[in-house]
Amino acid sequence: MALLAPTLVPAPAQAQDLTQLQRDMKQMQQQYETAIAKLRGDYDARMKDMETRLKSAEDKATSATSTAADAQKTAEATQLQVASAPAPAPEAAASPPASAPASASGFNPAIGAVLNGTFTGYTRDPKSYRIPGFALGDEARLLPRGFSIGESEINLQANADPYLFANLTLSFPGDKTVGVEEGFVQSTSLPFGLTAKAGRFFSGIGYLNEQHSHTWDFVDQPLPYRAFLNNQYGDDGVQVRWLAPTDRFLEFGAEAARGDAFPAGGTADHNAGVGAWSLFAHTGDDIGDSANYRIGLSQLWTKAKDRTTDGLSGTDTYSGTDHTYIADAVLKWAPNGNFVDRYVKLQGEYFLRQENGNFNGSRVGNRIQTGWYLQGVYQFLPRWRVGLRYDQVHAASLGSGFAGTTLDNLASTSRRYTSMVDYSTSEFGRFRLQYSYDRSRPAPDNQFVLQYVISIGAHGAHIY
Amino acid sequence: MLRSLSLGLVVLSAFAVAKPAQAALNVFACEPEWAALATELGGEDVSVFSATTGRQDPHQIQARPALIAKLRSADLVVCTGAELEIGWLPVLLRQASNAKVQPGTPGFFEASNRVKLLEIPTRLDRADGDVHAAGNPHIQTDPRNIRLVAAALGPRMGEIDPAHAPAYAQRLKAFDESWGRLIDGWQAAAAPLKGVTVIPYHKGWAYLFGWLGIKEGGTIEPKPGVPPGGAYLTQLLDQIPKIDAKMVIHAAYEDPKGAAFVAEKAKLPMVTLPFTVGGTEEAKDLRSLFDETVKRLLAGLGGPNGRT
Repeated sequence: MALLAPTLVPAPAQAQDLTQLQRDMKQMQQQYETAIAKLRGDYDARMKDMETRLKSAEDKATSATSTAADAQKTAEATQLQVASAPAPAPEAAASPPASAPASASGFNPAIGAVLNGTFTGYTRDPKSYRIPGFALGDEARLLPRGFSIGESEINLQANADPYLFANLTLSFPGDKTVGVEEGFVQSTSLPFGLTAKAGRFFSGIGYLNEQHSHTWDFVDQPLPYRAFLNNQYGDDGVQVRWLAPTDRFLEFGAEAARGDAFPAGGTADHNAGVGAWSLFAHTGDDIGDSANYRIGLSQLWTKAKDRTTDGLSGTDTYSGTDHTYIADAVLKWAPNGNFVDRYVKLQGEYFLRQENGNFNGSRVGNRIQTGWYLQGVYQFLPRWRVGLRYDQVHAASLGSGFAGTTLDNLASTSRRYTSMVDYSTSEFGRFRLQYSYDRSRPAPDNQFVLQYVISIGAHGAHIY
Repeated sequence: MLRSLSLGLVVLSAFAVAKPAQAALNVFACEPEWAALATELGGEDVSVFSATTGRQDPHQIQARPALIAKLRSADLVVCTGAELEIGWLPVLLRQASNAKVQPGTPGFFEASNRVKLLEIPTRLDRADGDVHAAGNPHIQTDPRNIRLVAAALGPRMGEIDPAHAPAYAQRLKAFDESWGRLIDGWQAAAAPLKGVTVIPYHKGWAYLFGWLGIKEGGTIEPKPGVPPGGAYLTQLLDQIPKIDAKMVIHAAYEDPKGAAFVAEKAKLPMVTLPFTVGGTEEAKDLRSLFDETVKRLLAGLGGPNGRT
């Protein structure tokens, strides 16, 4: 380090003489680069040498005819040697110790997997679960009784080139099928704060919608997400986001989608391939060093054409339009903004949906459905968190014409009280116990879930 | 009602209209030490924003809205690199849609590329805790590293903002000269620390210890990022008298409980170090950061009553 430092200082230059100074700077840069190149060369050679030695030691270790313990000793000794080798090379101080990736696998995308397992107990039959007054999508159900591995995920992501980032998330729901949960390309270098995305992705509406399930604070989604968006709304389509050039965070987004995902369905063939549109806006900021928040408004317009869902008595068919509106807010607080030891996270969202169409041939005109949840999570010790959540959904009554059908709200509001405690072994492993007093159905249900969520491999940074 | 919700989207946009920042060069620093360095070299020609404070663990930062907005208008991003920010910076860079500061462009500067990294793991396994594949990223605890980073950052600022390049070069020259003298001063003052064994909480001080010749006699965390358990602490406390450790050290942003426990049981002074600019009240800038670090270490050497 000391050897290099003097050459970094610009030669005596007169401040007034700019060209002289610039020349000096260039010279300085060249000197620096030459020195670096030389050092790097030396270092690379040394690294290669060490790699060769390590490799041969490993080979020796694996093919050793002596006992396994002896072989290990050899390998360890060599590793120690290698680890200490760079020490007597102080002249390499300023050289970046990175050696070039030797093979094409150096371009492999970041690969991560999320494993998720649950054990559940219910006082009522989970198979009879429903939310009166709502037609539900295929994901809007309870976890199976007993042990199950839930949904495992494999995620691959990398920059495709200087302009594109690509992401593929495969999900394995545990029933021998494989699904593409997300598969999209996203721009990385558009001007004016624009970002475009195409493919299959979770929509930017709401707050929780974009959050992957392994980052959820509870085992399941709140009731409005379950009832209105089939847990999480994602479809094949395009998205454009614009980040305003303001000091305050302000972001707008618009999406067009195929129209296959609940509450849309079957419309791609009928509407020039687009059956869903959405708009959203987010803003947020810091409140001092300790707290920060984000609020948002979203709209989702979907069309359904002969959409089929499992109903009370066989399959229900719906054709019509759904307009969903969401207001969301999240506030996070930690002492000094240091989220390692203790923090509080409060969030809530309000949903309103207007449904207009034909349900099993009967007219449903401008029917209003509402829902909201409020939840708080408190990390009271490093690794330990507790959480409370209240959620409810309500569908307006459609009168006696719909009595006994899926859309009969049974004159009730579905509500649930949930508490959870979780323990994280690290940021990659979490164990959770959750209890819900569930009044989705008129008769109460006590629901217990034990869950683990484990991430291995490359683990992408989490969105806010 | 529905119309009013639609209107809400428009109202929301009007609500947040603010003036874009107007300084010549907008610097987004991931950590306070680089914000301080950019300020030293940039003076009034730059507007510097620090994504984190000295009281926050730079490994674990929320990718929060304010950071996305600041990154959107940044001309230069100055971060440590070496995977220190891997849990939050990549997602910010993707969300900020600012082509000028993406990795690989001149607008993206990683300080760790400029210094020799220590503690490069020979084996990569998360069973070893929070391992950084590239080596220990906490390079700012050695002032000689600050000097190396400055030597690269100054020209980089001039490259991005050529109009002020001479000013950056001049400030760099002045900084380098005074910094060299300061290093000599700190080294002379810290001479009694040479060969002293200390117990840090986190394995975050390789560069400071290497600079001053301090010996690390084990850490309170059994593995980086892993809180200690009872059995491990017992073993550590057994070890401490044998290695003649002189003090327990922890960074200001860390919960002091673990370090305080060990210090009390081992009857050693506990020394809180700023770790970075803003870590403690006295560490206002780069110079006072090292003034304070050396002062507190020397006070710790003064014996059990030298608590800081």
